Amino acid sequence: MARTVWDSTVGKKTVMAVSGLVMLLYLVVHMYGNLKIFFGPGTFDGYAHWLRTLGEPFFHYEWALWIIRAALVAAVVAHGVCAYQLSRRDIASRPVGYVHTRARAGYATRTMRWGGVILALFIVWHILDLTTGTVQRGFVPGHPYHNVVAAFHDWWNNVIYIVAMLALGLHIRHGFWSAAQTLGAGSRRRDRALKTTANLLALLLTAGFIAVPVGVMTGLVS
Amino acid sequence: MKLTLRIWRQHDADAPGAMSTYDVDGISPDMSFLEMLDTLNERLTVEGEEPVAFDHDCREGICGACSLVINGEAHGPERTTSCQLHMRSFRDGDTIDVEPWRAAAFPVVRDLVVDRSSFDRIIQSGGYITAPTGSAPEAHATPVPKPAADTAFEHAECIGCGACVAACPNGSAMLFTSAKVNHLNVLPQGAPERETRVLDMVAQMDAEGFGGCTLTGECATACPKGIPLTSITAMNREWLRATRKVSRT
Amino acid sequence: MTTDMTTDMTHYSDYTTGEPVADTKAPDGPIEERWDTRRFTAKLVNPANRRKHTVIVVGTGLAGGSAGATLAEQGYHVVQFCYQDSPRRAHSIAAQGGINAAKNYRNDGDSIHRLFYDTVKGGDFRSRESNVRRLAQISVEIIDQCVAQGVPFAREYGGLLDTRSFGGVQVSRTFYARGQTGQQLLLGAYQALSRQIAAGNVELHPRTEMLDLLVIDGRARGIVARDLVTGEIRPYVADAVVLASGGYGNVFYLSTNAMNSNATAIWRAHRRGAYFANPCFTQIHPTCIPRTGDHQSKLTLMSESLRNDGRIWVPKAKGDTRPPAEIPEDERDYYLERIYPSFGNLVPRDIASRAAKNVCDEGRGVGPGGQGVYLDFADAIARLGRPAIEAKYGNLFEMYERITAENPYEVPMRIYPAVHYTMGGLWVDYDLQTTVPGLFAIGEANFSDHGANRLGASALMQGLADGYFVLPATLNDYLARHPGHDTPAADHPQITAVLAETTERLHRLVSVDGDRTADSFHRELGELMWEFCGMARTEQGLRKALDRIPQIREEFWRRIKVPGTEAEFNQSLERANRVVDYLELAELMCLDALHRAESCGGHFREESQTPDGEAARRDEEFSYAAAWEFTGTGAAPVLHREDLVFAYVHPTQRSYA
Ligand SMILES: Cc1cc2nc3c(=O)[nH]c(=O)nc-3n(C[C@H](O)[C@H](O)[C@H](O)COP(=O)(O)OP(=O)(O)OC[C@H]3O[C@@H](n4cnc5c(N)ncnc54)[C@H](O)[C@@H]3O)c2cc1C
Ligand code: HEM
Ligand code: HEM
Ligand code: SF4
Ligand code: F3S
Ligand code: FES
Repeated sequence: MARTVWDSTVGKKTVMAVSGLVMLLYLVVHMYGNLKIFFGPGTFDGYAHWLRTLGEPFFHYEWALWIIRAALVAAVVAHGVCAYQLSRRDIASRPVGYVHTRARAGYATRTMRWGGVILALFIVWHILDLTTGTVQRGFVPGHPYHNVVAAFHDWWNNVIYIVAMLALGLHIRHGFWSAAQTLGAGSRRRDRALKTTANLLALLLTAGFIAVPVGVMTGLVS
Repeated sequence: MKLTLRIWRQHDADAPGAMSTYDVDGISPDMSFLEMLDTLNERLTVEGEEPVAFDHDCREGICGACSLVINGEAHGPERTTSCQLHMRSFRDGDTIDVEPWRAAAFPVVRDLVVDRSSFDRIIQSGGYITAPTGSAPEAHATPVPKPAADTAFEHAECIGCGACVAACPNGSAMLFTSAKVNHLNVLPQGAPERETRVLDMVAQMDAEGFGGCTLTGECATACPKGIPLTSITAMNREWLRATRKVSRT
Repeated sequence: MTTDMTTDMTHYSDYTTGEPVADTKAPDGPIEERWDTRRFTAKLVNPANRRKHTVIVVGTGLAGGSAGATLAEQGYHVVQFCYQDSPRRAHSIAAQGGINAAKNYRNDGDSIHRLFYDTVKGGDFRSRESNVRRLAQISVEIIDQCVAQGVPFAREYGGLLDTRSFGGVQVSRTFYARGQTGQQLLLGAYQALSRQIAAGNVELHPRTEMLDLLVIDGRARGIVARDLVTGEIRPYVADAVVLASGGYGNVFYLSTNAMNSNATAIWRAHRRGAYFANPCFTQIHPTCIPRTGDHQSKLTLMSESLRNDGRIWVPKAKGDTRPPAEIPEDERDYYLERIYPSFGNLVPRDIASRAAKNVCDEGRGVGPGGQGVYLDFADAIARLGRPAIEAKYGNLFEMYERITAENPYEVPMRIYPAVHYTMGGLWVDYDLQTTVPGLFAIGEANFSDHGANRLGASALMQGLADGYFVLPATLNDYLARHPGHDTPAADHPQITAVLAETTERLHRLVSVDGDRTADSFHRELGELMWEFCGMARTEQGLRKALDRIPQIREEFWRRIKVPGTEAEFNQSLERANRVVDYLELAELMCLDALHRAESCGGHFREESQTPDGEAARRDEEFSYAAAWEFTGTGAAPVLHREDLVFAYVHPTQRSYA
């Protein structure tokens, strides 16, 4: 079965859909957690602490988090590798373009590849920025509230985040609906509902994530 | 009508190709697009130039032979085949670009003619029901519920023209393949080979060098027979089901 | 041999009469038992030996596709050809209406015998009883076979197959798949064929055109064909050759046939010794979309079912150019209802077609060039409401509007007759074997089952009966009697000669370097044929055509212009080469029409009519199939008569008045 899936364009697409949905699920939770920042450092840092003690005493400290991290890394890698391989194949399948070009498909659909690249770069930047603090001057390990506020003091970092969040919205807008088709969940009757859900999810995540940098910039969070 | 045509000319598969410009005059709005090309070809022939090669046969939108990308759109601006497109869809003085289907799995044979034998090989890999002549039971032995019969018919309408591939930015044959898979898989007669059919056809489609599907939807927009995009979804469902089922046995 | 193309281009010469030809294969005895008897007496080939036999099948339409698949299933090695890029595009795909079968699912009194009876009568008593009876018998199995393959026929809510009545028949025996029956049946055969290709039992050569037949030691042993992509011409040898190359209606240039349908395969076989039967029997369909101008390349059929609700009329006055809505009721001539009060708009195809031609000849035709009559739905819309009409004919109305840009809900449709089907074809016996041993002809390529007129929805039935059931049974017999082991060598003198001749013919076409295109000659020939060998024929007209055709042929070889070379993909060359054969076949058609001084079915001789203008058949003189033997281009052919015996269906004169 694994061979069948990995050798097939339809199979690879399934891997992308599943990994994409896993990441999507994580992001919904992540966004929800991020919004706790508006309730002050206590709530937010407490939440971060809770994340690390999740599942105790069955799990040890940070075990649950590492499991989530492992799943996420697997998802990102699988998603990225499939995206890369399929994209190369797709480009090779259309070696000559049309002389007469015209606008095709929707914006979200056309920007999936570039959006994906932006997201990949963002994820790396984001981890160096807020998890390891490598790229952040005022990083204090174990104090996420402080770190977030510090991070968004730089206007250019806000730009990076906001652009990435817009890319995320577009990616999800097509991605969620697309994943439903890949997994065979779509149908003529359900198409409207799926498209609406995709739009709402995209909007919710984009707005929810952007709220944090905007909150810091406007001084709502400090 | 007076028109300027820019047509892809290519002597054979290995030769380089380029767009050539031709002016045509006295075109009637009642002409079909192919009849307009006939007029050009008659003139080129008499002038001793080689006429433009293009595929066509039935000229009534059913054989699937005609295959022109007109102004960047497979089969041109109307939702029909190139042969059923009429010149009244254009305006006097227009410049029209005519190109062949573009896809790695559809190499150019000459000018606007491409090789679509990859489609035949997809069908050969499983797009049939094994029912040798003489083995058939009485036709009424298995009633087919009308919804299933209608779904089968809707998908069976595909004429194998390849416009879906031509329109797809990935040169993907998903819509064509899914049309046949769904036609046969919804019927009780097609049930015994349901799993192998979809697995083999998708594998062959990949082996032919068609691209993957990113659900762009251009294919369904270009399809002259209105094969719906949900056809692809349904095939994905069949494929996943078959993958699970086959791995269990 | 090639010289006869030009040097013999003298004037039309009469014909001579040879020995009668007889069908020696149909068994005697009660007609219901003949097919079973024949199947039992036919020799069988040991299954282990079948692989050693190669059978060439030319054509992948309903007849060829079904035959190729079935022969391969039986174990033969099949080598198959079509000129399209894919076998799925054969002209059969265009058939709209449906396929007949004597299933009697409606319990409306249908039976094998009734289908047999209707077909013989519909063919105006010019077909062979034993063949038609077999066709009716097999019709039942065809539906089973197609359903098993997944052909999505129309069904009722209970899940059972739906049928409709077609072409004025009293019973409802036509199975259909919306307006795409031919397509769906063909896809069924194509899929079965595809399965055999994948299994390695069929070697398929698409985009390859048969250009000649190889007859060696009196038996058909292969063909010469040209790869249309590379231009390579080469021989293919086999133990038997099956021609399933379709009809020759394109001799008229404008017809409902696909653009590249051609007569080359059967005409070249005829030149090599196969008799050509009843070439003048062509069917003209009354409801086609009229032509819009000289640019017209083909004609599109509108389903006959439209006549169930539409009323046909023209203005009473000549040259009345007012828009139809401005012509008051009492200035309209509903001529079919006037002349045939009991059948009205539903008279058979040939009668409706001829009547339309007559009113147009009188100068009362409508539309561009006055070549059209109105098919008006205003009454039906008023009576049944637009939604009802839309449900019944919506897709046809849409097709009409796409082609003409006129809305048939508001403006009456314009229709005109067009050449649609050819009943004539290679003469075959009950085994579907031609007069060349080892050469078989199936589907529209043969003359077998429809006599002088084909009933609607019967061509699909015949093509599939021949391909799925008849040929696979009878070919066994031939192969069992010719066990092979004597494959001619590739450099056999006969093969080299035919190859050289074909190469030379094509080379000559590109070398003439004249100033006229193949299409211009084809159009000229077509107009001539339509005028003089079309819906109504006269001795005088036919003689005129027979004088003119050799002249066109002569001019063709002087002035034809084919750009490019023969060693490449060259569509101009393909066309020109087809026109070469039309220019010879047309002459035989006219001669056949001239010699048959009676009216029957689709063949109407103005000299042979009843006092009230109806077709008059003359059974005492013409109750035979005319099988013509080739003697040289432009030379007098030999007529061999096959007498027709009617023991089960007694000939009666048709009457629709
Ligand atoms: C518009 C239209 C509608 C019709 N509707 C109906 C209907 O409703 N019901 C009905 O019963 N009949 C109908 N008919 C008639 C019927 O469709 C045909 O008679 C029938 O399909 C012929 O089938 P065939 O297999 O004999 O030949 P075709 O389908 O014509 O196939 C010919 C094959 O031979 C090949 N070929 C030809 N010449 C060569 C060559 N030189 N070399 C190599 N290959 C060659 C072609 O590639 C093709 O594969 C209709 C016909 C038309 C035109
Ligand atoms: C590593 C960075 C990423 C890259 C390179 C990437 C790239 C892609 C590409 C190329 C596609 C296919 C485009 C298409 O189907 O039209 C895709 C689809 C998708 N992506 Fe991403 N993406 C990335 C990150 C993400 C993230 C973070 C999510 C989570 C929200 C996500 C969710 C999806 C989904 C759900 C799909 C649809 C899958 C399908 O149709 O089967 N992607 N991605
Ligand atoms: C403005 C929006 C965002 C903010 C403010 C934000 C904030 C944070 C913070 C504070 C952390 C560290 C949590 C901790 O260590 O406890 C974190 C981790 C992380 N974030 Fe975000 N995030 C945002 C958007 C995103 C997006 C869009 C993605 C994915 C595409 C993402 C993926 C991750 C990942 C993978 C981690 C690492 C989790 C871990 O390993 O601990 N984040 N984020
Ligand atoms: S799916 Fe549509 S576009 Fe594609 S081959 Fe079939 S008919 Fe043509
Ligand atoms: S256009 Fe191409 S990407 Fe998929 S939806 Fe159609 S095959
Ligand atoms: S020529 Fe047959 S579909 Fe266009």
